[in-house]
Amino acid sequence: MNVIVCVKQIPDPALPGELDPSTNTLKRDGKLILDESDSYGVEMALQLVNTAGEGSVTLVSMAPNDEVSGLRTALAMGAAKAVLVSDPVLAGADALTTAKVLAGAVGKAGDYDLIIAGTESSDGYTGTVPEQMAEVLGLPSVGFAKTIAVDGSTVRVDRQTEAGYDEVSCSLPAVVSVTAGVVEPRYPSFKGIMAAKSKPVETVTAADLGVESVSWAQSISSVEDAPAREAGEIIEDDGETFNKIVEFLDNLKVI
Amino acid sequence: MAVNNIWVFSQANDDEATTASLELLTKARSLGGTVSAFVAGVAGGAAAQLADHGAAKIYETGDLAGALPGAAVSAAMQAVIDGGDVPDLIMFPQNYEGRDVLSRLSVKLDRTVLTNSTDVTVDGDSVTVQTPIFGGSKLVNSTFTGVAPFLAAFRPKSFEAAGGAGAAGELASAPIPDLGSTGGATITSVHVEETSGPKLDEAAVVVSGGRGLGEADKFDMVESLAKLLKGAPGASRAIVDAGWVPYSYQVGQTGKVVKPTVYVAAGISGATQHMVGMKGAKNIIAINKDKEAPIFGVADLGIVGDVHKVMPALIAALEARG
Repeated sequence: MNVIVCVKQIPDPALPGELDPSTNTLKRDGKLILDESDSYGVEMALQLVNTAGEGSVTLVSMAPNDEVSGLRTALAMGAAKAVLVSDPVLAGADALTTAKVLAGAVGKAGDYDLIIAGTESSDGYTGTVPEQMAEVLGLPSVGFAKTIAVDGSTVRVDRQTEAGYDEVSCSLPAVVSVTAGVVEPRYPSFKGIMAAKSKPVETVTAADLGVESVSWAQSISSVEDAPAREAGEIIEDDGETFNKIVEFLDNLKVI
Repeated sequence: MAVNNIWVFSQANDDEATTASLELLTKARSLGGTVSAFVAGVAGGAAAQLADHGAAKIYETGDLAGALPGAAVSAAMQAVIDGGDVPDLIMFPQNYEGRDVLSRLSVKLDRTVLTNSTDVTVDGDSVTVQTPIFGGSKLVNSTFTGVAPFLAAFRPKSFEAAGGAGAAGELASAPIPDLGSTGGATITSVHVEETSGPKLDEAAVVVSGGRGLGEADKFDMVESLAKLLKGAPGASRAIVDAGWVPYSYQVGQTGKVVKPTVYVAAGISGATQHMVGMKGAKNIIAINKDKEAPIFGVADLGIVGDVHKVMPALIAALEARG
């Protein structure tokens, strides 16, 4: 059971996001970390390989610079190796270009049964890359998986829906995108962190993957401030402020 | 070329068009030109509603027979486009199915996508969409620069649905072609998680809880208050990820967009991801012990205090009123 996991290295979401004033795209030049929403996919992949009793987890990722610190986190969790597409021409790439590049990187990652990705990143959140990648690779796909179980050449997925969930059966190989929260991502052990330092990370460019058209048909025409809400009344609780809430609700006639 | 042919990805359940479909059709018809609804499945009794909201033509794929819509509906769309009806713009709802179909179609047509948008404007042959970022504090305007069809997804409640268009609603079949290797996924059973009370995205009052509740059991307070206010309980991504409540409770970027009359945020700090889903509420009440929490920036009434003290007192006071 070989599983490829697509991971993204993003600016720390705890820090306020910033736009590059010259391009109006998100600034990604500082330290990048593993997108927390990808740690669920890594964990799920590790568990599937463990259940199968054989195989390994390979990471694929794309970054405009040679950043690997986020990849090292996923390698420390237990992934065996990584393919990183690092190319300045990919800075600000749209989701379609990203999907083409990652699909190319999958070709460098060796044999696989399953590709796992997060449903969307925590910085750009376009949310289309997994399904686009599946289409580029000519594979079936299941989005928004809450659980994944592999049974021979079939993957069974509980897929989140508006009303509840669907049980889906899908032939392998396939692309499955996972939602957060259904597995508890492990913390890398000290041993894992040390081992990750020597795990192979193959760095390639877009041209190495045969991705030639690196342009995207959208441009940011302007960025404006959203209309601000009028400042409300902020009060410290003195044990009686619940009355203020009751009064507020009363005025709105909701009670 | 002007933008004179717009498609709207549409869905219907039990002869009822989804609200998202009707919102997008209403917006599409305001942009001028011909509007077509492209129904994933069978329109049935929803056809009249789709026409009333602006659909001059209604494409139907027919029963999806358990196929996931992503591969199936995008292939049906491509077949119609290859057949000569080439839209200038295709509008999708930002939901599970819309996003999957949009993604597949973007590769088939080799077109970029713009998602999470809340508005669209047309100027001659140029189409610009507006997308809130950084929790809705900034709005980014992005213009498609390539060739049509342009593909965009819009968040629910971005537009008001309004009928009265009196469009023809002429039905046309758009069958799903053979999907080859991409058609390997089949739905084997459907589960509906029943919730009592009003639906989260339709409720007039929403009470949401976050990490500040401290532990899963304390979500009971959120449910009690929601029930007293005849509202729906909701949650931040943090406690959904932590497994305290199901994903269907999530309000925010990845969850539901709510625009209730009153939104109560209990123990929610107001991360970007959450704010996008609730900023449109008419009135916001926030209870949080950290007075620097971003949620107070949008609150009409903010209580800087311990949810474990304020919520029980509030619940008791409301119960006492009967």
